[in-house]
Amino acid sequence: MTADLFFYLFAACTLVCGFLVIANPFSLNPVTSAMFLVLTMVFLAGLFVLLHAFFLAAIQVLVYAGAVMVLFLFVIMLLDLKTEERRRLKVFGIATGLIAVGAILSIFFRTLARAPLGASPAPELEGSTMALGKLLFTRYLLPFEVVSVLLLVAMIGAIFLSKKELK
Amino acid sequence: MSVGLAHYLVVSGILFSLGLLGVILRRNLLVIYMGLEMMLNAANLALVAFSRFTNNLDGQVFVFFIITVAAAEVAVGLALIVALYRRRQSAHVEDLTFMKL
Repeated sequence: MTADLFFYLFAACTLVCGFLVIANPFSLNPVTSAMFLVLTMVFLAGLFVLLHAFFLAAIQVLVYAGAVMVLFLFVIMLLDLKTEERRRLKVFGIATGLIAVGAILSIFFRTLARAPLGASPAPELEGSTMALGKLLFTRYLLPFEVVSVLLLVAMIGAIFLSKKELK
Repeated sequence: MSVGLAHYLVVSGILFSLGLLGVILRRNLLVIYMGLEMMLNAANLALVAFSRFTNNLDGQVFVFFIITVAAAEVAVGLALIVALYRRRQSAHVEDLTFMKL
Protein backbone atom coordinates (compact mmCIF):
# COMPACT_ATOMS: atom_id res chain seq x y z
CA MET A 1 0.00 0.00 0.00
CA THR A 2 2.80 2.42 0.84
CA ALA A 3 4.43 1.65 -2.50
CA ASP A 4 1.17 2.53 -4.29
CA LEU A 5 0.97 5.80 -2.43
CA PHE A 6 4.55 6.63 -3.40
CA PHE A 7 3.80 5.71 -7.01
CA TYR A 8 0.99 8.25 -7.21
CA LEU A 9 3.12 10.88 -5.47
CA PHE A 10 6.12 10.41 -7.76
CA ALA A 11 4.00 10.12 -10.91
CA ALA A 12 2.10 13.33 -10.13
CA CYS A 13 5.31 15.21 -9.31
CA THR A 14 7.01 13.93 -12.49
CA LEU A 15 4.14 15.02 -14.72
CA VAL A 16 3.67 18.42 -13.05
CA CYS A 17 7.39 19.19 -13.26
CA GLY A 18 7.46 17.92 -16.84
CA PHE A 19 4.64 20.29 -17.72
CA LEU A 20 6.43 23.19 -16.04
CA VAL A 21 9.54 22.44 -18.15
CA ILE A 22 7.75 23.07 -21.42
CA ALA A 23 5.04 25.60 -20.54
CA ASN A 24 5.76 27.46 -17.35
CA PRO A 25 3.06 30.16 -17.08
CA PHE A 26 5.31 32.43 -15.03
CA SER A 27 8.58 32.41 -16.94
CA LEU A 28 9.88 31.21 -20.28
CA ASN A 29 13.45 31.43 -19.02
CA PRO A 30 15.50 28.36 -20.06
CA VAL A 31 17.12 28.24 -16.60
CA THR A 32 13.71 27.65 -14.99
CA SER A 33 13.01 24.92 -17.54
CA ALA A 34 16.35 23.26 -16.77
CA MET A 35 15.68 23.35 -13.02
CA PHE A 36 12.28 21.72 -13.46
CA LEU A 37 13.86 19.14 -15.77
CA VAL A 38 16.26 18.24 -12.93
CA LEU A 39 13.24 17.72 -10.66
CA THR A 40 11.56 15.56 -13.32
CA MET A 41 14.66 13.37 -13.54
CA VAL A 42 14.86 12.98 -9.77
CA PHE A 43 11.20 11.95 -9.47
CA LEU A 44 11.69 9.51 -12.36
CA ALA A 45 14.57 8.01 -10.37
CA GLY A 46 12.05 7.57 -7.55
CA LEU A 47 9.78 5.66 -9.93
CA PHE A 48 12.76 3.48 -10.90
CA VAL A 49 13.32 2.65 -7.23
CA LEU A 50 9.66 1.63 -6.96
CA LEU A 51 10.28 -0.70 -9.92
CA HIS A 52 13.27 -2.17 -8.04
CA ALA A 53 15.71 -0.88 -10.65
CA PHE A 54 18.14 0.42 -8.04
CA PHE A 55 21.20 0.65 -10.27
CA LEU A 56 19.33 2.58 -12.94
CA ALA A 57 17.88 4.94 -10.32
CA ALA A 58 21.41 5.80 -9.16
CA ILE A 59 22.60 6.19 -12.77
CA GLN A 60 19.61 8.41 -13.52
CA VAL A 61 20.47 10.79 -10.69
CA LEU A 62 24.22 10.76 -11.41
CA VAL A 63 24.18 11.02 -15.20
CA TYR A 64 20.97 12.89 -15.96
CA ALA A 65 20.31 15.08 -12.94
CA GLY A 66 24.05 15.51 -12.42
CA ALA A 67 26.14 15.53 -15.57
CA VAL A 68 23.68 16.25 -18.37
CA MET A 69 21.82 19.03 -16.60
CA VAL A 70 25.05 20.69 -15.45
CA LEU A 71 26.11 20.69 -19.11
CA PHE A 72 22.77 22.29 -20.02
CA LEU A 73 23.18 24.99 -17.38
CA PHE A 74 26.75 25.69 -18.50
CA VAL A 75 25.60 26.22 -22.07
CA ILE A 76 22.67 28.40 -20.96
CA MET A 77 25.08 30.61 -19.03
CA LEU A 78 27.50 30.64 -21.98
CA LEU A 79 24.82 31.95 -24.32
CA ASP A 80 23.13 35.25 -23.73
CA LEU A 81 19.46 34.35 -23.71
CA LYS A 82 17.92 37.48 -22.24
CA THR A 83 15.80 38.08 -25.32
CA GLU A 84 14.06 34.75 -24.84
CA GLU A 85 11.90 36.06 -22.02
CA ARG A 86 10.35 38.69 -24.26
CA ARG A 87 9.15 36.14 -26.81
CA ARG A 88 5.67 34.79 -26.46
CA LEU A 89 4.30 31.42 -27.47
CA LYS A 90 2.49 31.50 -30.80
CA VAL A 91 -1.18 30.52 -31.05
CA PHE A 92 -0.43 28.56 -34.23
CA GLY A 93 2.29 26.60 -32.42
CA ILE A 94 -0.01 25.85 -29.48
CA ALA A 95 -2.79 24.65 -31.81
CA THR A 96 -0.57 22.36 -33.90
CA GLY A 97 1.17 21.07 -30.81
CA LEU A 98 -2.08 20.21 -29.07
CA ILE A 99 -3.44 18.47 -32.19
CA ALA A 100 -0.29 16.37 -32.59
CA VAL A 101 -0.16 15.46 -28.92
CA GLY A 102 -3.88 14.65 -28.87
CA ALA A 103 -3.42 12.29 -31.82
CA ILE A 104 -0.44 10.56 -30.19
CA LEU A 105 -2.27 10.24 -26.86
CA SER A 106 -5.44 8.83 -28.46
CA ILE A 107 -3.41 6.23 -30.38
CA PHE A 108 -1.57 5.37 -27.18
CA PHE A 109 -4.65 4.97 -24.99
CA ARG A 110 -6.53 2.95 -27.61
CA THR A 111 -3.57 0.58 -27.84
CA LEU A 112 -3.35 0.35 -24.08
CA ALA A 113 -7.07 -0.38 -23.73
CA ARG A 114 -6.83 -3.27 -26.18
CA ALA A 115 -3.52 -4.67 -24.98
CA PRO A 116 -3.83 -7.97 -23.10
CA LEU A 117 -1.88 -6.77 -20.08
CA GLY A 118 -4.04 -8.69 -17.64
CA ALA A 119 -3.59 -8.72 -13.92
CA SER A 120 0.12 -8.54 -13.34
CA PRO A 121 1.51 -11.27 -11.09
CA ALA A 122 3.73 -10.35 -8.19
CA PRO A 123 7.08 -9.70 -9.88
CA GLU A 124 10.30 -10.66 -8.19
CA LEU A 125 12.89 -9.12 -10.47
CA GLU A 126 15.65 -7.12 -8.78
CA GLY A 127 17.68 -4.73 -10.90
CA SER A 128 20.67 -4.77 -8.60
CA THR A 129 24.15 -3.72 -9.66
CA MET A 130 25.39 -7.30 -9.53
CA ALA A 131 22.64 -8.72 -11.74
CA LEU A 132 23.01 -5.94 -14.32
CA GLY A 133 26.80 -6.14 -14.24
CA LYS A 134 26.77 -9.86 -14.86
CA LEU A 135 24.53 -9.36 -17.87
CA LEU A 136 26.59 -6.44 -19.17
CA PHE A 137 29.87 -8.33 -19.04
CA THR A 138 28.62 -11.61 -20.47
CA ARG A 139 25.79 -11.42 -22.97
CA TYR A 140 26.09 -7.71 -23.73
CA LEU A 141 29.88 -7.45 -23.76
CA LEU A 142 30.16 -6.36 -27.41
CA PRO A 143 27.49 -3.60 -27.19
CA PHE A 144 29.16 -2.43 -23.99
CA GLU A 145 32.51 -2.00 -25.75
CA VAL A 146 30.88 -0.35 -28.77
CA VAL A 147 29.20 2.15 -26.46
CA SER A 148 32.56 3.06 -24.95
CA VAL A 149 33.87 3.79 -28.46
CA LEU A 150 30.75 5.89 -29.07
CA LEU A 151 31.49 7.95 -25.95
CA LEU A 152 35.05 8.52 -27.19
CA VAL A 153 33.76 9.65 -30.58
CA ALA A 154 31.26 12.01 -28.91
CA MET A 155 34.03 13.48 -26.76
CA ILE A 156 36.29 14.12 -29.76
CA GLY A 157 33.36 15.55 -31.69
CA ALA A 158 32.38 17.93 -28.89
CA ILE A 159 35.97 19.17 -28.52
CA PHE A 160 36.33 19.64 -32.27
CA LEU A 161 32.99 21.47 -32.63
CA SER A 162 33.69 23.88 -29.81
CA LYS A 163 37.05 25.01 -31.18
CA LYS A 164 37.27 28.68 -32.05
CA GLU A 165 37.22 28.41 -35.84
CA LEU A 166 36.01 25.38 -37.71
CA LYS A 167 37.99 24.50 -40.81
CA MET B 1 -6.60 -1.07 -7.36
CA SER B 2 -3.00 -2.05 -7.05
CA VAL B 3 -0.40 -0.32 -9.21
CA GLY B 4 0.47 -2.44 -12.23
CA LEU B 5 2.14 -2.23 -15.60
CA ALA B 6 -0.65 -0.12 -17.12
CA HIS B 7 -0.15 2.65 -14.54
CA TYR B 8 3.52 3.02 -15.42
CA LEU B 9 2.74 2.94 -19.14
CA VAL B 10 0.19 5.74 -18.73
CA VAL B 11 2.73 7.91 -16.91
CA SER B 12 5.31 7.14 -19.59
CA GLY B 13 2.89 7.99 -22.39
CA ILE B 14 1.88 11.30 -20.84
CA LEU B 15 5.51 12.23 -20.22
CA PHE B 16 6.33 11.42 -23.86
CA SER B 17 3.47 13.64 -25.03
CA LEU B 18 4.67 16.46 -22.80
CA GLY B 19 8.13 16.18 -24.36
CA LEU B 20 6.63 16.23 -27.85
CA LEU B 21 4.50 19.24 -26.95
CA GLY B 22 7.64 21.01 -25.76
CA VAL B 23 9.46 20.27 -29.00
CA ILE B 24 6.59 21.67 -31.07
CA LEU B 25 5.64 24.55 -28.78
CA ARG B 26 8.93 26.10 -27.73
CA ARG B 27 11.14 27.97 -30.15
CA ASN B 28 14.35 27.96 -28.16
CA LEU B 29 16.88 25.32 -29.24
CA LEU B 30 17.88 24.50 -25.67
CA VAL B 31 14.32 23.97 -24.49
CA ILE B 32 13.62 21.84 -27.58
CA TYR B 33 16.59 19.74 -26.52
CA MET B 34 15.12 19.39 -23.03
CA GLY B 35 11.89 18.16 -24.60
CA LEU B 36 13.89 15.52 -26.47
CA GLU B 37 15.49 14.42 -23.21
CA MET B 38 12.04 14.10 -21.63
CA MET B 39 10.89 11.88 -24.49
CA LEU B 40 13.94 9.65 -24.03
CA ASN B 41 13.20 9.42 -20.33
CA ALA B 42 9.60 8.43 -20.97
CA ALA B 43 10.84 5.58 -23.17
CA ASN B 44 13.23 4.57 -20.38
CA LEU B 45 10.39 4.42 -17.87
CA ALA B 46 8.32 2.19 -20.16
CA LEU B 47 11.30 -0.12 -20.70
CA VAL B 48 12.01 -0.45 -16.98
CA ALA B 49 8.34 -1.12 -16.26
CA PHE B 50 8.17 -3.84 -18.93
CA SER B 51 11.40 -5.34 -17.61
CA ARG B 52 10.01 -5.49 -14.08
CA PHE B 53 6.63 -6.94 -14.98
CA THR B 54 7.92 -9.56 -17.43
CA ASN B 55 10.76 -10.70 -15.16
CA ASN B 56 13.40 -9.98 -17.76
CA LEU B 57 16.50 -7.91 -17.04
CA ASP B 58 17.26 -7.18 -20.71
CA GLY B 59 15.07 -4.08 -20.64
CA GLN B 60 17.18 -2.53 -17.92
CA VAL B 61 20.38 -3.21 -19.87
CA PHE B 62 18.73 -1.46 -22.80
CA VAL B 63 17.94 1.55 -20.60
CA PHE B 64 21.59 1.62 -19.53
CA PHE B 65 22.63 1.90 -23.18
CA ILE B 66 19.99 4.55 -23.88
CA ILE B 67 21.30 6.70 -21.01
CA THR B 68 24.85 6.39 -22.37
CA VAL B 69 23.82 7.31 -25.91
CA ALA B 70 21.72 10.21 -24.61
CA ALA B 71 24.72 11.58 -22.73
CA ALA B 72 26.84 11.42 -25.89
CA GLU B 73 24.03 13.03 -27.86
CA VAL B 74 23.73 15.90 -25.41
CA ALA B 75 27.48 16.56 -25.50
CA VAL B 76 27.62 16.77 -29.30
CA GLY B 77 24.29 18.59 -29.61
CA LEU B 78 25.17 21.29 -27.12
CA ALA B 79 28.56 21.77 -28.82
CA LEU B 80 26.67 22.26 -32.09
CA ILE B 81 24.32 24.78 -30.46
CA VAL B 82 27.28 26.74 -29.07
CA ALA B 83 28.99 26.75 -32.50
CA LEU B 84 25.74 27.91 -34.11
CA TYR B 85 25.29 30.67 -31.53
CA ARG B 86 28.82 31.94 -32.20
CA ARG B 87 27.98 32.34 -35.87
CA ARG B 88 24.44 33.68 -35.69
CA GLN B 89 24.14 35.19 -32.20
CA SER B 90 20.84 33.42 -31.66
CA ALA B 91 19.55 30.12 -30.30
CA HIS B 92 16.05 30.70 -31.57
CA VAL B 93 14.75 28.52 -34.38
CA GLU B 94 12.87 31.36 -36.06
CA ASP B 95 16.14 33.23 -36.55
CA LEU B 96 17.86 30.20 -38.04
CA THR B 97 16.14 29.97 -41.40
CA PHE B 98 19.17 30.43 -43.66
CA MET B 99 18.78 26.93 -45.10
CA LYS B 100 15.31 27.77 -46.36
CA LEU B 101 15.04 28.04 -50.14
